[in-house]
Amino acid sequence: MSLQQFMNEAISPWMKEDGPDSDIVLSSRIRLARNFSNTPFPTISSEEQLEKVLTFFNNEFQDQSFRDYKQFEVVKMNELQPIEKRVLVEKHLISPHLTENSAHSASLISQNEQVSIMINEEDHIRIQLYFPGFQLDRALEQASQLDDWLEEKIDYAFDEKRGYLTACPTNVGTGMRASVMMHLPALAMTQQINRMTPAINQLGLVVRGIYGEGSEAVGNIFQISNQITLGKSEEDIVEDLHSVVKQLIDQERRARQALLHRSGIQIEDRIFRSYGVLKHSRIIESKEAAKCLSDLRLGIDLGFIDHVPQTILNELMVLTQPGFLQQYAKETLSPSERDVRRASLIRERLQLENKE
Amino acid sequence: MECQRCHNRPATVHLTQLLNGEKTEIHVCEQCAKEKGYMHDHEENFILNDLLTGLFNFETKHSLKGHPHSAPSPKEQLKCPNCGLTFQEFAKAGKFGCAECYKTFDDKLNPILRRVHSGNTRHDGKIPRREGGNLHLKRQMDEYKSDLQRLIEQEEFEEAAKVRDEIRSLDSQLHQRGEED
Repeated sequence: MSLQQFMNEAISPWMKEDGPDSDIVLSSRIRLARNFSNTPFPTISSEEQLEKVLTFFNNEFQDQSFRDYKQFEVVKMNELQPIEKRVLVEKHLISPHLTENSAHSASLISQNEQVSIMINEEDHIRIQLYFPGFQLDRALEQASQLDDWLEEKIDYAFDEKRGYLTACPTNVGTGMRASVMMHLPALAMTQQINRMTPAINQLGLVVRGIYGEGSEAVGNIFQISNQITLGKSEEDIVEDLHSVVKQLIDQERRARQALLHRSGIQIEDRIFRSYGVLKHSRIIESKEAAKCLSDLRLGIDLGFIDHVPQTILNELMVLTQPGFLQQYAKETLSPSERDVRRASLIRERLQLENKE
Repeated sequence: MECQRCHNRPATVHLTQLLNGEKTEIHVCEQCAKEKGYMHDHEENFILNDLLTGLFNFETKHSLKGHPHSAPSPKEQLKCPNCGLTFQEFAKAGKFGCAECYKTFDDKLNPILRRVHSGNTRHDGKIPRREGGNLHLKRQMDEYKSDLQRLIEQEEFEEAAKVRDEIRSLDSQLHQRGEED
């Protein structure tokens, strides 16, 4: 059964492919917000109207395939257990918002989990498409084709002056949010990222830390995305983002080299200490795990550690989150039980790799 | 930089609020940002929506300037004929009810959109194939017209004549379509 497939593996099949600049850019995402022209937005529409939208997708797009994305599976929110919802959120296949209005919402997920089409989120339709590494252009191209494919059957809410009409005025126009997930440990360590953020904001882009279980940015993972959706074409938005990300990649590489040059032994020490913690601890909180995984990833990129593949780190990043730990344990766990499980899971996974 | 609110933790959330041309900068830690409602707990979804509501409310106040005590007159109580959402409700929630709301509140939208989208109020991106209707042709026409202007200024009359012919052909296409509609 497909839902089971989405639940079992921590990393989606597409994440196993290598992408350009994947030492620094984890993934590229395009999200398009679309609405039916003749139906009120989900924010105020009636139960019947929401159900009608859902049924339409069930009838028209269930088991349909688009290009290489094979069959789409409709995953209805009201048929999921809380832990299952959480796992899908941790895999970024659905948004937390979608799980809040569970009664009539769903997601169409492609077999390789690269595409998910959320139904009745804040807008009727949220098309979301991921690519590994830094491939915004390709993501935009395919998202646009997917959008055309849907538009053959759907009358979109579109206006000559304002573009694609959305529930929130922050999305109107292109309805597009393009974003890139980056691992920036050296820029974070040297506080450079904080200094660069205001300049990036001035270009209509946003830098955010990714939030884990705690409240602070963890694991040195940052998301860069566009804030403006009106007055610029999709291509221009992606180009702006592209040039900023390219510069961040260069700066990060430069900062890594400078760190190595100036304090090589301290960096090496930090990396191996983190590796030690991951390999030997019996209790580990998600925040510490994320920090150590970030150090280990840096260690691999800098060549200090050569027997741990990066894919394991991607896997552990997802696997060590609360939803997955509980799915794995097949029971609800208290935070302290999770910390024990997390430690043992990381030990197990890293040891397995050492033997291979 | 320390948090402006608790003066204890480092400020990691930086907000710039632009109201009536005046810039206010807010630097707080994440905990304070959450307590002040700038940030939702479990969602990476920032602040923006909460800030927006402030902008819309400002817009409502602004339109009633000079009559601070009077209730909005029926004229000002704009209501979408399609979904029934009033402008007041929109300003409070920061969310439209349906596609028609954009037309209903059109007169009031430009200042809001300008603030949210760095001064932009008009779509310049993708046009859907079916819903877009003649828009593709109209866009093409605009491009040809500016090309023509440029070519004439540069005195490249031969090229200009070609573009003029393109414009004529587009124009007749547009007319034809108009008759079909």
